Amino acid sequence: MNKFLFALLLLYVAPVQAKLNIFACEPEWGALAQELGADRVDIYTATTALQNPHYIEARPSLLAKARRADLVICTGAELEAGWLPIVLTQSGNAKIQASSPGFFEASSFVVKLEVPQSLDRAQGDVHAAGNPHVHLDPHNIAKIATKLTERFAQLDAANAGAYQAQGGAFQEKWRDAIAGWEARAAPLKGLPIVTYHKDMSYLINWLGLIELANLEPKPGVPPTTGHLTDLLEQLEKKPAKAIVRSAYNNPKPAQWLAERARVPAIVLPFTVGGSEQARNLYGLFDDSVARLLSATNAQ
Amino acid sequence: MLSYALARAALVGSALCVLAAPLAVAASDSELAEIRNEINKVREAYQTRIEALEKRLNDAEAKAQSAQKTAAQAEAAAVGVQSRRSQNSGNPAISLILQGTYANFSEDPETRSIAGFVPGGGEFFPGSRGFSLAESELNIAASVDPYFRGLFTAALTPEDEIEIEEAWIQSLSLGAGFTAKAGRFFSGIGYLNEIHQHAFDFVDFPLAYQAFLGGNYSDDGVQLRWLAPTDLFIEVGTEAGRGRAFPASDRNKNGAASGAVFVHVGDDLGISHSYRAGLSYLHTAPRERSFDDTDSLGNPVVNAFRGNSRLWLADLVYKYAPDGNAQVKNFKLQGEYFWRHESGELGFDDSAGSAQFGALRDAYAARQSGWYVQGVYQFMPRWRAGVRYDRLDSGNAVIGLVQNGAVPGDNFPLLVTGKNPQRASAMLDFSPSEFSRLRLQYARDESRPDGVTDDQIILQYIMSLGAHGAHRF
Ligand SMILES: [Zn+2]
Repeated sequence: MNKFLFALLLLYVAPVQAKLNIFACEPEWGALAQELGADRVDIYTATTALQNPHYIEARPSLLAKARRADLVICTGAELEAGWLPIVLTQSGNAKIQASSPGFFEASSFVVKLEVPQSLDRAQGDVHAAGNPHVHLDPHNIAKIATKLTERFAQLDAANAGAYQAQGGAFQEKWRDAIAGWEARAAPLKGLPIVTYHKDMSYLINWLGLIELANLEPKPGVPPTTGHLTDLLEQLEKKPAKAIVRSAYNNPKPAQWLAERARVPAIVLPFTVGGSEQARNLYGLFDDSVARLLSATNAQ
Repeated sequence: MLSYALARAALVGSALCVLAAPLAVAASDSELAEIRNEINKVREAYQTRIEALEKRLNDAEAKAQSAQKTAAQAEAAAVGVQSRRSQNSGNPAISLILQGTYANFSEDPETRSIAGFVPGGGEFFPGSRGFSLAESELNIAASVDPYFRGLFTAALTPEDEIEIEEAWIQSLSLGAGFTAKAGRFFSGIGYLNEIHQHAFDFVDFPLAYQAFLGGNYSDDGVQLRWLAPTDLFIEVGTEAGRGRAFPASDRNKNGAASGAVFVHVGDDLGISHSYRAGLSYLHTAPRERSFDDTDSLGNPVVNAFRGNSRLWLADLVYKYAPDGNAQVKNFKLQGEYFWRHESGELGFDDSAGSAQFGALRDAYAARQSGWYVQGVYQFMPRWRAGVRYDRLDSGNAVIGLVQNGAVPGDNFPLLVTGKNPQRASAMLDFSPSEFSRLRLQYARDESRPDGVTDDQIILQYIMSLGAHGAHRF
């Protein structure tokens, strides 16, 4: 009888004690949710560092995961325009629709770079809202963390105090970490680089690097031989110190140009999981700065 | 503030020390009084200066604070403007698909039909030889409010007609895994049925879709879907509609004239593989479903079917992309199997008008099946190659009018069964970006009743303007 009562009590208590079920579109938001939610959250990350978050399909597995989510954390700014609307509307989950507190659009809380003056696909797949890859500036992470802490506290009011404490501790540690990265990255100021896609803009802006060109002729258009040949010519006049790509980019075009222009090709983790060192958000920036510094040392 | 107070104390202290030094030398009372006086004067002077400094510092601090506040406000405003801007750009989302083809057929497309199958009434895209404009598709979609979403898709045909392909509303807030849809929509049966032709991997429909559904099966009605709360994707759906198109026929009837149920199951197998499998059933009850044929003398006749049409579909889609990254290489395998049982009455030569069903009529029953399988491989960015094989089994039809001798069998050339139409296709396409695609397709079509092989070469362009399309699985 006691056992029965205990089981009943568990049933009653269980939903209150349940963890927040989180669906993170990209690994960086999964990692941030982990920092801020610790053991109060269960996180499913929809994409990996080896996948371009734009070119994902609304796979059955994503629908099944979204069906049970309490909170969807995504970049927004049209990055997931091809698949997230399907996942949200087909999930049958009222909690995570775009107008609900269960939907968190990270990029909407920071100032975006490269907001286009005009929208014309002749310019490539430009995003009306500006460049969506906001997470590569750690100051943006801090701002988004503040908002995410508030959201956790709103959705799981019983633990609001714990989220605030956890959030405060994170902000302090993160501020120190930023100071460390900025000190170490001082020699990177003015470093001329070539990137694969316009996905490094926030890192470039933060560290004061100079982006000479992209391997993609236009955003979202894969590199062509013609464009790479032009770039080679351009680099002879104005040399770059490194050709930088994300872990998910096709390595071939970067290698092609690196060999001919005799410039090191660097792979940046881009997000958590993109390299062995980038195991969490701290590792992501530690490793990104270290890899860029290796380019300055090489020459 | 603390450091400022310390500095102030030090300043006053050192001033006093300097001034107090002569004290030890001269010691007369008047002198002492004078010195005290001086000290007081200096003290007062410093006091005023210190107060002035203090005030300046306070002012500067306030200024700095308000500057910080202004910066924060400016940033908040910028964030606000940016998010407003992104909403305006996409509400409603409007897109337009432009398509065109150049086709070379060895046989006349006007005389095309599939051996042993009643024509589905759909368009056998691409329709004609030479250059032609294919359907242009206009798409408008948006959230209505927090509770509903709406979509409108119109096809503008090369014949200057507008056809509403889809126009539906969908619930957003039912929760518990339920989603309801109402209006005109592509049925959830099968795999390809819900996909618009411009998103196909080949120029045209598989033969089975043409024979059993006349293209996409679209109806006016309601749909309810439920997604199970499990890690494995399990989706169940049901539909009820008016039965406005083949294999149904419009019936002027209260209630529903067609119904469908479907189950989909899917998952990832590791990081690189994923699949979806489905089983669907569509029941329709056509009443005056007429079709054109020719009798044994070569005269045009209009025949009609009424009864029950039951269609079962099984579909499987499997996709592979190394590390789940489809950008460089990926592979897609897809197949569907159709099985249909139709039973009822067949009326011969109803050309007098649909008011009377068949002056000559008798029982009709047919069991038919068909399938296709196709594979598409992206071997490098932008380039894909694919093959498809189609096969139908026209089964055996029991035509009462023929069996009882009322009408000789050669008066139903379209219903002559025992043939197995087949077709093999290969395609190569090039997509300069996500929004444009050029395709070359060759097909060897052996589906005609006369058994003649039609060699088909088709060049196609598909371009998408405006709002970003969906990356369906
Ligand atoms: Zn896309």
